[in-house]
Amino acid sequence: MEAFGLLLHGFAVLLTWKTLVLMMVGLVLGIFVGVLPGLGGPNGVAILLPLTFTMDPTSAIVMLSCIYWGALFGGAITSILFNIPGEAWSVATTFDGYPMAQQGRAAEALTAAFTSSFIGSLVAVLLITFLAPMISSFALKFGPPEFFAVYLLTFCSFVGLGREAKHKTVISMSLGLLLAGIGMDTVSGNLRMTFGSAELLRGINFLVAVIGLFGISEILLTMEERLALRGHAASISLRVVLGVWKDLPKYWATLLRSSFIGCWLGITPGGAIAASFMGYNLAKRFSKDPESFGKGRIEGVFAPETAAHASGTAALLPMLALGIPGSGTAAILLGGLMVWGLNPGPLLFVEHKDFVWGLIASMYLGNVVGLVLVLTTVPIFASILRVPFAAVAPMIVVSCAIGAYAIQNAMFDIWLMLGFGIVGYVFKKIGIPLAPFTLALVLGNRAEDAFRLSMIGSGGDLKVFWSNGLVGSISTLAIVLLFWPVIDGVLSRVGWTQRTRATSP
Amino acid sequence: MSQTDLEIVVDDPTAPEDDSPSVVSSGTVEIVVCLLLIALAATLGYDNWRTGASWDSTGPEPGYFPFYLSVILGGGSLYGLIVALLARRTVSETFVTRAQARRVLAVFVPTLLFCLVMQFLGLYVASFLLISGFMRFVGKIALWKSLLTAFLFTAIMFVTFDVAFDVIMPKGPLEAAFGR
Repeated sequence: MEAFGLLLHGFAVLLTWKTLVLMMVGLVLGIFVGVLPGLGGPNGVAILLPLTFTMDPTSAIVMLSCIYWGALFGGAITSILFNIPGEAWSVATTFDGYPMAQQGRAAEALTAAFTSSFIGSLVAVLLITFLAPMISSFALKFGPPEFFAVYLLTFCSFVGLGREAKHKTVISMSLGLLLAGIGMDTVSGNLRMTFGSAELLRGINFLVAVIGLFGISEILLTMEERLALRGHAASISLRVVLGVWKDLPKYWATLLRSSFIGCWLGITPGGAIAASFMGYNLAKRFSKDPESFGKGRIEGVFAPETAAHASGTAALLPMLALGIPGSGTAAILLGGLMVWGLNPGPLLFVEHKDFVWGLIASMYLGNVVGLVLVLTTVPIFASILRVPFAAVAPMIVVSCAIGAYAIQNAMFDIWLMLGFGIVGYVFKKIGIPLAPFTLALVLGNRAEDAFRLSMIGSGGDLKVFWSNGLVGSISTLAIVLLFWPVIDGVLSRVGWTQRTRATSP
Repeated sequence: MSQTDLEIVVDDPTAPEDDSPSVVSSGTVEIVVCLLLIALAATLGYDNWRTGASWDSTGPEPGYFPFYLSVILGGGSLYGLIVALLARRTVSETFVTRAQARRVLAVFVPTLLFCLVMQFLGLYVASFLLISGFMRFVGKIALWKSLLTAFLFTAIMFVTFDVAFDVIMPKGPLEAAFGR
């Protein structure tokens, strides 16, 4: 097996003291941001990204992805002990996790959450290990029309499958694509939409926007809420851990089902949030006594956590193989790749073997180390919440400012960050989703280049997107997904999808 | 559900009251945002039209792609505007209450000042002022705790970025006095 040999090579890249230390630092920072209110996966990664600018790409991505794993683990702690989901995808974990904590079974619930997170991401990493190289080698044959079709598919599926109001997704996405176009046009070298401003010449940096949109706006949103909390302290003993693990085989069906849902929704831009709810609902539906869910059932912790982590990890698959992120956090990691001078896309697997396999190996190792770390240090992290938000908030603001400035050493970026902070705050409050915006901003230029190169190649004929079976089917699928709500409506009126309606939540 | 086994309790004395009156409704904000977006779409659309938004011998001109995006953005915002206007007649949700707005401004205004002060005093001094001031005046935390936390955090940031990782931040007179 070629993948297996390369994976071993990846472990060899990884097993240096420096990388291992960075991994631990990343995990601790990640759990920290996961536990803190008002911070989470994408925000944490965005704010801490500048730390990695001077590192080599492999160390950088290992540290960043560990921050991400850490944040995923950390979200479960607050959900279970405090009934405060640190992340939207931890909401489903609170349904049964918090009741368990109230019954004095916090340690059990935490062990279940961490273990199932571990299992979920393990399944997704296995998928990445074997599927990503295949997809990327297949994608090496792609020309500009195929790539544009894939980008189109990504954008369309956001509009068609997203749960937000369609026009809001469209607004968010087209705004992101437009802002990505500001500055020098990469094909012709002309200036666009700069209005004579020297600052806009560089364009709007993706990471600056992300730090504002997720970091600053999140602080504003958090301040609106009552920050009082009451929760249970818990320490996990080895006996509890072994007790939970002994029962694991009983729940194999739940774990497997949730992993599968997570992987699927992670690859398509549905996201971890949908995955965690779907995992929970299906576990409830297939259970013999659905009434006991919500009252502290361990399966109710297993199901959403497995799905959320599988999905969070699987979101990295399209990013690695095609250069298309499956989630907001993956989009930020993709922005990181560009800062480190790597060109995301299928060529990554050929040109930067060390990097790719180092990253994949770090997913295995990071999850094992992370599991041990969270199981042993929960009490410490839970007590972080005692730190008053009035101390945490200004520190986050400072970290955001450092991050935004460091990217291009420009004072203008600080103001841009602040502006995006306001935009993010307002958008979130009126329900304009930020994920499509992020994705559009990071993919905008590449999508446009692909479009224009295909147009130049075909002499301006749009039929190039249906010129062969492959590109034709991707483009058609994109159009179908774009109009999916309409098609779905028509089909269910005819009575075709009633049966699937009944089984899916 | 006894509350006696709660072991971590953090209170929020300055939390916004639940019955605080609404400042502005979500519907109104949506209308304003849509109007702003339409204006933005029009401006950017015009600029791209000027750059050239048609086809020439080599393919689409530089303004082609963004021009049509402006059209989509404008269309989406217009639709949003109409939806928001129609929904206005029914009961509208609160965008922000007065108490919430006060709290949000309590973070936003210091952040704005922080960005301004940074231009003159450098990032590290501004950070110290922001953290200590915010903890003392917004968080009502003891002065010595605020000063100590601010100093430690700023020092750690300085050592991490300036000394260890060579990431250069804006600096002011204080750093100059120490010759950095």
